[in-house]
Amino acid sequence: MDGRKNIKIALNIATLLVTAVFLYWGDSVLSPFQKRILNLAAIFVILGASMNLVVGFTGMFSLGHSGFMCVGAYTAAILTMSPESKELIYYMEPIVPWLKNIEWPIIPATIMGGIIAAVFGILVGFPALRLRDDYLAIATLGFAEIIRIIVTNTISITNGALGLKNIPSEKSLLFYWSFCIITIIILKNLINSSWGYAFKAIRDNEIAAEAMGVSVFKHKMLSFTIGAFFAGIAGALMAFLITSIDPTMFRFLFTFQILLIVVLGGMGSLTGSVIAGIIITIAMEWLRFVERPMTILGMDIPGIPGMRMVIFAILLLVVVLFYRQGLMGTKEFNWDWLLDKLGLARNRERGIS
Amino acid sequence: MSAGKILSTDSITMKFGGLTAVSELSLDIYAGEIIGLIGPNGAGKTTAFNMITGVYEPTKGKIYFKGQDITGMRPDLITKAGISRTFQNIRLFNSMTVLENVMISKHVRLKANPLDAVLRLPRYIKARREHYEECMELLRQVELDDVAHEMAAALPYGKQRRLEIARALATQPSLLLLDEPAAGMNPQESLELMDFIRQIREQFNLTILMIEHHMEVVMGICERITVLDYGVTIAQGTPTEIQNNPRVIEAYLGAVESNA
Ligand SMILES: Nc1ncnc2c1ncn2[C@@H]1O[C@H](COP(=O)(O)OP(=O)(O)O)[C@@H](O)[C@H]1O
Ligand SMILES: [Mg+2]
Repeated sequence: MDGRKNIKIALNIATLLVTAVFLYWGDSVLSPFQKRILNLAAIFVILGASMNLVVGFTGMFSLGHSGFMCVGAYTAAILTMSPESKELIYYMEPIVPWLKNIEWPIIPATIMGGIIAAVFGILVGFPALRLRDDYLAIATLGFAEIIRIIVTNTISITNGALGLKNIPSEKSLLFYWSFCIITIIILKNLINSSWGYAFKAIRDNEIAAEAMGVSVFKHKMLSFTIGAFFAGIAGALMAFLITSIDPTMFRFLFTFQILLIVVLGGMGSLTGSVIAGIIITIAMEWLRFVERPMTILGMDIPGIPGMRMVIFAILLLVVVLFYRQGLMGTKEFNWDWLLDKLGLARNRERGIS
Repeated sequence: MSAGKILSTDSITMKFGGLTAVSELSLDIYAGEIIGLIGPNGAGKTTAFNMITGVYEPTKGKIYFKGQDITGMRPDLITKAGISRTFQNIRLFNSMTVLENVMISKHVRLKANPLDAVLRLPRYIKARREHYEECMELLRQVELDDVAHEMAAALPYGKQRRLEIARALATQPSLLLLDEPAAGMNPQESLELMDFIRQIREQFNLTILMIEHHMEVVMGICERITVLDYGVTIAQGTPTEIQNNPRVIEAYLGAVESNA
């Protein structure tokens, strides 16, 4: 009965190896532009998957993702920038002394970005998760905006509206995709664990979940905090990818872009978030042309900034209205499916003896 | 408090704004009994269940379970204390299989943390294997093992009702509250359900409080019955006493018989 299981383990290892080889190879042959887009895709996959945990798997309509991302990005940036850069950039108000001489390597700083975002997740979740549905959406949207306002106004920590520049740059595929793959593995294991089932039970029927002894608030907090943690990780990665950040980047429009990934991929499908995360990122780069001035049928049309977001908003509407299930519904990729397709005999390990 | 008394509600009242859904309900239930709670639609029966299980906090009155005051306690904690329920309008976890529905109850007792689960540590794996065995055994006992891996939503109605009961049993309750378990069933199915309820009482050592409209079920199975009408307790007694109580006949049985 272990035949299938061993095949699957072998397939998992093989996939990881192939991916690792591809990343090494890609790092040496792909252009900086291509690498940048792939790295951006890794970040959006993390964002989509972590938001899906909260919205799709636990059924909490939370729209605070960009706020937690903001916290992660700032944490990671401040922890890694050199004291000289900080001296140079914080010219409105000098940075507080206890942060000035900190200069961490980027991996621990990324993880700390996740941790601080998770702390904010707990602070926001405590009041907000007593609400449901659209009330929760409005509250979390508000909290994300509050986080942004705090960041804008704590000038001696964040440099306020001026933002941060000269954040250490990291360009390798291996770095971003390692974080992405580890995130997906963690989320997958979590969702397939009894905690994941408790999340889904709350999503399916909160009253019944409670009647089964599930402490609903505790589980919502757990899911929400983990979601915030990975949003923070993604924010940190974003800081290293684009090397300059400011509070306006993390407006709620950003959350809608992530929501689009979740909905397009399928609420309650990690596989869907991975696929949609990659598609949306690439599409977004490709769609840059709509924001440039162009000539159509002899008419000069000036570039319209934000046009891409209009297109995405329309896409989101179309998906929600006509294509609720998204690409994957709640289905996940699994080897069994592939092996069945390939006609390999299946051990009835789940059958009843 | 006398020995063997498992649940006692002391004049519990539930008001929704100006509406008194339940007024001064006092129940005393002893270990091993099957008690019926009946009354016309809107009489406040489900509301009584919701107070006992912590969904609503009574506006007035106290609820004691095994001598402990559980008034206003959180529903999940009441379940852990040993009261479990089914719902009048079925509330299954529709995106999950039958087995997964039942296994939720074991998650609550899991002695491992999320990190153990993510890292698939042996203590988590071992606990889950035990839970799997326990739940499969439970499904065998209630004859749902053949559909263990089917989606709950895909089950025929009767099996969904049975799964609701199985899921409640999985929390290892000492008091089971059944809210109209025979709703939508034909007489034959109702009879089978009666046998099933008697059987699980023996097997799981339960005390049962049930709301039911099917008179043949209530009269056939319950040892004592409480009748509500507009939230007010209009009679309490044995099935024979209830059947011969003029107020009950007027308020409830009369209506049912004239329908039949
Ligand atoms: N959450 C609620 N808010 C307002 N009124 C309610 C609520 N729950 C029940 N009621 C009202 O309380 C009364 C009793 O309802 P219920 O307990 O469901 O009756 P039964 O189960 O006996 O049919 C009804 O009039 C119902 O409309
Ligand atoms: Mg009712």
